[in-house]
Amino acid sequence: MTSLVSDTRVVFSRELRPVIRDPFSVIFSMIQPLFFLALFAPLLPGESSLQWFVPGIVVMSCLFGSSMTGSNLLFEMQTGSHERMLVTPLRRPALLIGRALKEIVPMVAQAALIVVVCIPFGFELHLGGAVLGLLILAGFCIGLGALSYTLALASKNKEWLFWTVQQTLLFPLLLLAGVLLPIDNGPGWLRALSHFNPMTYVVNAERALFSGDVLTRGTVEGVIAAAGMALLGLFVGVRAMQRSD
Amino acid sequence: MMIETRELTKQFKDVRAVDGINLTVARGELVALLGPNGAGKSTTLRMLTTLIPPTAGNASVGGFDVVRQQREVRLRIGYIGQGNGAGHSQRGRDELVSQGRAYGMRVRPARERANELVDSLGLGDVADRTVSTLSGGQRRRLDIAMGLIHSPELLFLDEPSTGLDPQNRANLQEHILRLREARETTIVLTTHYLDEADSMAERVIVIDHGRIIADDTPQRLKAKHVGDHVILGFTAEHDAISAARTLHAERHGTEVRVTAEDGPQQAPKLLDDLSAAGLAVSSIEVTRPTLDDVFLTLTGRSLREGRAEETVEV
Ligand SMILES: Nc1ncnc2c1ncn2[C@@H]1O[C@H](COP(=O)(O)OP(=O)(O)OP(=O)(O)O)[C@@H](O)[C@H]1O
Ligand SMILES: [Mg+2]
Repeated sequence: MTSLVSDTRVVFSRELRPVIRDPFSVIFSMIQPLFFLALFAPLLPGESSLQWFVPGIVVMSCLFGSSMTGSNLLFEMQTGSHERMLVTPLRRPALLIGRALKEIVPMVAQAALIVVVCIPFGFELHLGGAVLGLLILAGFCIGLGALSYTLALASKNKEWLFWTVQQTLLFPLLLLAGVLLPIDNGPGWLRALSHFNPMTYVVNAERALFSGDVLTRGTVEGVIAAAGMALLGLFVGVRAMQRSD
Repeated sequence: MMIETRELTKQFKDVRAVDGINLTVARGELVALLGPNGAGKSTTLRMLTTLIPPTAGNASVGGFDVVRQQREVRLRIGYIGQGNGAGHSQRGRDELVSQGRAYGMRVRPARERANELVDSLGLGDVADRTVSTLSGGQRRRLDIAMGLIHSPELLFLDEPSTGLDPQNRANLQEHILRLREARETTIVLTTHYLDEADSMAERVIVIDHGRIIADDTPQRLKAKHVGDHVILGFTAEHDAISAARTLHAERHGTEVRVTAEDGPQQAPKLLDDLSAAGLAVSSIEVTRPTLDDVFLTLTGRSLREGRAEETVEV
């Protein structure tokens, strides 16, 4: 018999299939992060700048990929395949959870690619910390992906709404998390704002973990921020999916 | 009863899309819903398939309530919507298998069933391509296969043949009829093709403005609401005038038009009557009504005109 778990697995593997059939699609949402890596990182002062910059870029590529992922659902809502899935006995929460979980796969692939590209330029990889970092990032991706799907469901027949909200939020989230430039030396109001951005804690945790500092306060904050995002995303996403028609 | 609705109603903000429909469909029936654009056909199907809740009235499908027992309903039905069931970024065969998995089939049986449907719907050459690269007709056949993967006992099809060429349309009709014969599947479909409703369904339900305005076999609908016409031609107008008087029929110039329940059977009798009255008929024609004529009689509008009107409004 089916269960929430087996239903989720069906949705997850369906979502994953186009990625596996066409692995280059993973690269698409990475183009911008890769440009930042190639053209921005060399401008940063200091010897250890790459060590500081790369974890942020890993989070950035996750932000770009997962925040856009709702557009796939939006497209399936327009063509009719979402409607078809709503009529199957698949449990509604599985329709969202399976999709959100799939975000982990391109995220890991992208992170690995970025790290591998950077190692020849002097980036030092601390494997244990990096793995823990990816676990935190997985939670962040699930949450972000789920929110993106929620936005897609709310944008039924209003495609512009999805892209307006996504594009409006993307850069403030990115800049306020201190991905490109450190926030620490900025004015007070900017630092205050960045405290409200969950991504700030994720980025800080990634920086510490990728440098091998596992047991820090930053790690704990990162775990909390990522878990919070995941729970929030799944909660609102499942509700939206249950009301979808 | 496979389907039973009582005063089924759907009110969108300012539109009453479905307005108090009472409908019963027995196991094994093949029913066609016929009506112009915006009549409420899709909305009716969307309520019966648990996609949207009714705003008033109720419906049971396979004995289960469409609002309170959605899961039971979903397990028993197949639905081929007006859009494309197969995801455009997926491959056809992959979608068929995951559709089977969605209904709880194991991987191997799902794969076997997918292969079977790919063959019987003639999708062998395209099933492993990305859906977005298929032609409209190929995609539609894939949608049909998706709806059949779990061999449902009740199948809803929303305009299944739209976008198919005549040959594929005939194939599809044959497929549906075979399915019904082999498994006694109950089938509810909507269509714009009058000939399709006429030739396939033994029961046609005409819907207009969210209401059922007629429900019968195509033959009886035509006999009851329109009837056949026997058109008799005369060489001289005064013969036509006398003939119209003898037969109590309408006359247009040298033509006399007789309404008859069964035209072909009645025509010889009419000729006998006329020759008894010494009137020579120069030509004879029997016309049988279409379902469009039925719709025209019932609503004062033609289904075909309705279509054109809609296009202009958009
Ligand atoms: N989600 C919705 N919100 C508001 N109005 C809707 C919605 N869905 C349908 N309608 C309206 O309800 C009416 C019936 O629509 P429906 O799609 O059921 O018609 P239909 O008979 O299937 O037409 P077609 O032959 O064009 O497919 C139309 O006036 C339509 O505009
Ligand atoms: Mg419709």
